[in-house]
Amino acid sequence: MKKALFGPSLTPYLLLLPQMAIVAIFFLWPSAEAVRSSFHIEDPFFGTATFVGVDNYVDAVTNSTYARSARFTALFTVVVALFSLGIALALAVSADAVLRGKSTYKTSLMWVYAIAPPVAGLMGSMFFDQHIGPLKEFAAWLGWDMRVGFDYFDTAVAMMTVAAWKQIPVNFIFFLSGLQGIPTSLREAASIDCRSPVRRFWTVVFPLLAPTSFFLLIINITYAFFETFGVVDVMLKGEPGNNPVTLVYKVYLDGFRGQDLGGSSAQSVILMAAVFLLTVIQFRLIERRVHYT
Amino acid sequence: MTVTTDPALAASWSRAAASAGARRRRSRVQLYHHAVLILGVLLMMAPLVVAFASSTYDPVVIHSEGLQLGYGGEFASTYGAVLFDRGGFTGEVTGVRMLWNSVILGMGFAVGKIVISMLAAYAIVYFRFPLGSLAFWIIFSTLLLPLEVRILPSYEVVQSMGLLNTYTGLILPLIASATGTFFFRQFFKSVPDELLEAARIDGAGPVRFFIDILVPLSKTMMAAIFIIMFVVGWNQYLWPALMTTDEGMFTIVRGIRQILQVWIGANIPDYNKALAMAILAMVPPALIVLIFQRAFVKGLVESEK
Repeated sequence: MKKALFGPSLTPYLLLLPQMAIVAIFFLWPSAEAVRSSFHIEDPFFGTATFVGVDNYVDAVTNSTYARSARFTALFTVVVALFSLGIALALAVSADAVLRGKSTYKTSLMWVYAIAPPVAGLMGSMFFDQHIGPLKEFAAWLGWDMRVGFDYFDTAVAMMTVAAWKQIPVNFIFFLSGLQGIPTSLREAASIDCRSPVRRFWTVVFPLLAPTSFFLLIINITYAFFETFGVVDVMLKGEPGNNPVTLVYKVYLDGFRGQDLGGSSAQSVILMAAVFLLTVIQFRLIERRVHYT
Repeated sequence: MTVTTDPALAASWSRAAASAGARRRRSRVQLYHHAVLILGVLLMMAPLVVAFASSTYDPVVIHSEGLQLGYGGEFASTYGAVLFDRGGFTGEVTGVRMLWNSVILGMGFAVGKIVISMLAAYAIVYFRFPLGSLAFWIIFSTLLLPLEVRILPSYEVVQSMGLLNTYTGLILPLIASATGTFFFRQFFKSVPDELLEAARIDGAGPVRFFIDILVPLSKTMMAAIFIIMFVVGWNQYLWPALMTTDEGMFTIVRGIRQILQVWIGANIPDYNKALAMAILAMVPPALIVLIFQRAFVKGLVESEK
């Protein structure tokens, strides 16, 4: 806490005004609206709303397409997080250890961060395309007839590949900065005690990276939940059909396409609860964050 | 030979042998790291190289032979068409227009966020006032819920305010999250108290202190957060896709969706144009990340903490 402070006056209220106004109008109001309409059924023709209690929630959770989408989202999240974290960690360890060309590697590995998820999705749908896709041909060469956009499983694999690929740079940057935060003295001590670099990594470096990894895990879960909307939307070309969709995409589909405001809001509120939980976990972890110095 | 029986010399020989072994092992380890990194660079860069190469080919060639690696010679005509031809359903929107809208969104988002969050963070850190902690918790709560989960009511709010298809309606709801405020709050807390004391002795009020001392001190932080926020703003998709129905308001990332809808019915889709658009959409943010790499990494690592 600051010792030297300005006393009470009108100034702080004026300073806070722009932020509070935006938060009130574009955050609090819509969020309250989402919660309110999740307990109502709205008639799109007359604009009337009937209070139905938790019916929308019961409908949403017991719906079989919802369950299917929830299962897919869980699997999608696990696969995307594991692959992008794993690949990024391997790359960060090497980028940290390599003596020559460090900055060239670093630059070429991290600039993919700048690519928007829908742009990655567009490239993905080209690479997995039935006619022109090199990855589809590669799968065919392995004896796998990939039909992205038609087959549930194949589409899921393609979406996971693109989503994981897009997330590698962020994880790489954080892992590398975590590795560089480990003091040299600690590493030198470790290299005297243990000659095998592999064992040294798993027994000394990896545990020291644990805070970074936990933090990144949360970041990756939120990424897979929300930011992959663009990947999903573009790869499905707006035609979900029988294809896998994430929960956020389903909120959008039911609300904007299906005009089921109550059901869509109930799903939103469920997602809000999930994010809330994740954020609480994240903040608890940051509080306990290990400091090396 | 008597030399080999000299214990000191034998020891130094074996040390030399051991260090040669260590050197060999080290260079093997280095080789492994280079191999991993080269594979990684291929994984990240190859798709982009193929996308760019293919965008210079004729769509008929791509359709019959697949994506290409090479130079198809159609660079100028394809990119010229994507940038300057009027397209879309209304025939009004060009690639240049969409890029311009993206620049406005990216700049507006970044600048708006920096200004608003610096002011709010200044109030929270440097003033003691009754509703201070309440304000802090309200702002904090915005971190809990991304725009995606309240997208429908946000749309209704913006619609009821008559802000659909305006830059204001595009930018303001995206600014409503408090990442920037937290970032500056952390930074202001690390500024030594002595600065404020000295400024007060010199007779500086809150406004003076902010403009003459805090803002200059925050320059590198502002640059770092600007770069991150510009890229984040540029890359927005869902919100622009919902609230811009007027094609003159489309951003380039939003335009990606439009090109797919044209694509679905086509006999031979304009693969080259779609890829050219993807390249155009990624070049500006990528350049910013590359040019301001140091500030970018700093901003990313600090702002997410």
